[in-house]
This record gives sequence, C-alpha cells and structure tokens, in this order.
Amino acid sequence: MFGSMYSENPLLTQFRRLEEELDEVFGSNTPWGGGIRSLPPGTFPAINVGGTAENVTVYLFAPGIDAKKLDISIQRNLLTVSGEREVPRDNEATYYRQERFGGEFRRVISLPDDVDPDKVEASYRDGIVQITVGRRESAKPRQIAIR
Amino acid sequence: MTTPNEVTTHAASARDGKQSLMNATPAAAIRPLVDIFETADGITLRADMPGVSKEGLNLRVEGANLLIEGTINIVTEQRMSALYADVRSTQYRRSFVLGNELEAANIDANLQDGILTVRIPKRADLRPRKIEVRS
Repeated sequence: MFGSMYSENPLLTQFRRLEEELDEVFGSNTPWGGGIRSLPPGTFPAINVGGTAENVTVYLFAPGIDAKKLDISIQRNLLTVSGEREVPRDNEATYYRQERFGGEFRRVISLPDDVDPDKVEASYRDGIVQITVGRRESAKPRQIAIR
Repeated sequence: MTTPNEVTTHAASARDGKQSLMNATPAAAIRPLVDIFETADGITLRADMPGVSKEGLNLRVEGANLLIEGTINIVTEQRMSALYADVRSTQYRRSFVLGNELEAANIDANLQDGILTVRIPKRADLRPRKIEVRS
C-alpha cells in the first residue's frame, strides 16, 4: 500500500536516477558492474565479492535461509547459488510494510578466470553465506628471488 | 626481519582493503528492509540485518522513537580488495515512531540468522475489545 505511494514520490525518483548515474560512473570499472549477468540493485540476496592473491570470497547477504537447502554449484568460473527464503505471512495480522523478500532466488556470479572449481568452501553465519574459492596455483603471483 | 615500517604498511593495506570492500561511502548507513504487522496484542517488526551478531546490535527506545542500529561483522582477510560490492556500508540504521498505545517498556527482541524480530505489546487497557451484538 505505502510502497506504491513512495515509488511515485518525485524526490525519490530523482534520487534513484542519481544512484543509477553513479552506478554508471563507478560500477562500470568492475568486471560485474556492467556485466551481462549483473542484476538491478535491491535483488535478493545482495552480494559482495572480495579477492586476495590466494582466493576469491563471495558474501551473500541472505538472512533467515536454511543453509542446508542452499544449492551452490560452480562450473569453471561461474558460481551459481539458488535457494528459497520462506517468509511466513500471518493472515490474521494487518500488514503495514512488507519490504522483505520471500520466495525462490537464484544468482549467477562470474568469478575471475583463474579460480579453481575444485577448491570451494562455504559457510553460513549471522545470515551471510560465505563462499571461498581458491585461485589456481599457476595464477598466483610468485616472488622471484634475485641471485 | 620485519621492520616497524613494514608492519605499518601491512596494517594500512588491510584497513584499506576492508574499506574498499564495505565502506565505499562510509557515512551512509544501510536502511534495513522490514516487515511490520499488527495483531490484537501488539505490533511485530522484522528487519533483515545480515552480518549482525547479538554483540553488534543496538536496539533502543528514545522518547517515542524506536531506534535500530547494527554493525556488520564479517571476517575479511588481510589485503582483500573489493571485486564487486552491493553492500557498501557496515552499518544498519532505521528508526520508527511508536504510538502512545504501545508499551515501549515491554519490548521483546530476538536476533536469529541475521533477522531481528521486535515485538511491541499494546497497553492492556487499549487492546481491542470484541463487541457482542445482541440479537
């Protein structure tokens, strides 16, 4: 009810346009910002990806999911995570806001080319799924000693 | 082997790495998404706050305001750099104005898997009464 009212608020529309323009400026220099698999802002779950020389870590902000039912698969450098978040609705209650996502979700994340699909670890804590994928040995930077 | 200078450099790069992963715009807190519904006994608020543990949660009532704050606590490795970030802050913040009919003193809160559930009871004398219609 209120959601539809706010979405037509001209001030918020202006803010959203500003946000989109900022994304265009800052988002496009990351491999995923303008990527063909990128999703609009606000898609559940939100994702952060961080990298070190040894591995790449994906953080999925997915509170209240059953981590055991999560389907995580990796094919080469494409990581797919799908699952379902159940948000039970109380039919007796009067709802004022329903902003939280409920239902099935699926996200495909293209990781850097040098990840090793055989070295994947996943954990779930405080509503965040953490998936760490190792990089291939040959791709890791090597120190070259000067003799 | 490690000179004090090197130690400083490492600490700085670790801090930078964390900032670039989560704190691209440090001042802005994330507004957590909520469901709010009312039953005969009171109002229930559910907020998505992934990454917040019990220690990182700050829930308080200030006058007529219910303030929800939380800090995202995720373990990032040293020298991790951001490759992509939907979430660009480590703070959640949102506030709500409570009505007079609510008992702010008896708020019950629970945090589970990044979901905060807050139950605010209505004052007993103000709960709706069923009015019988006599035939």
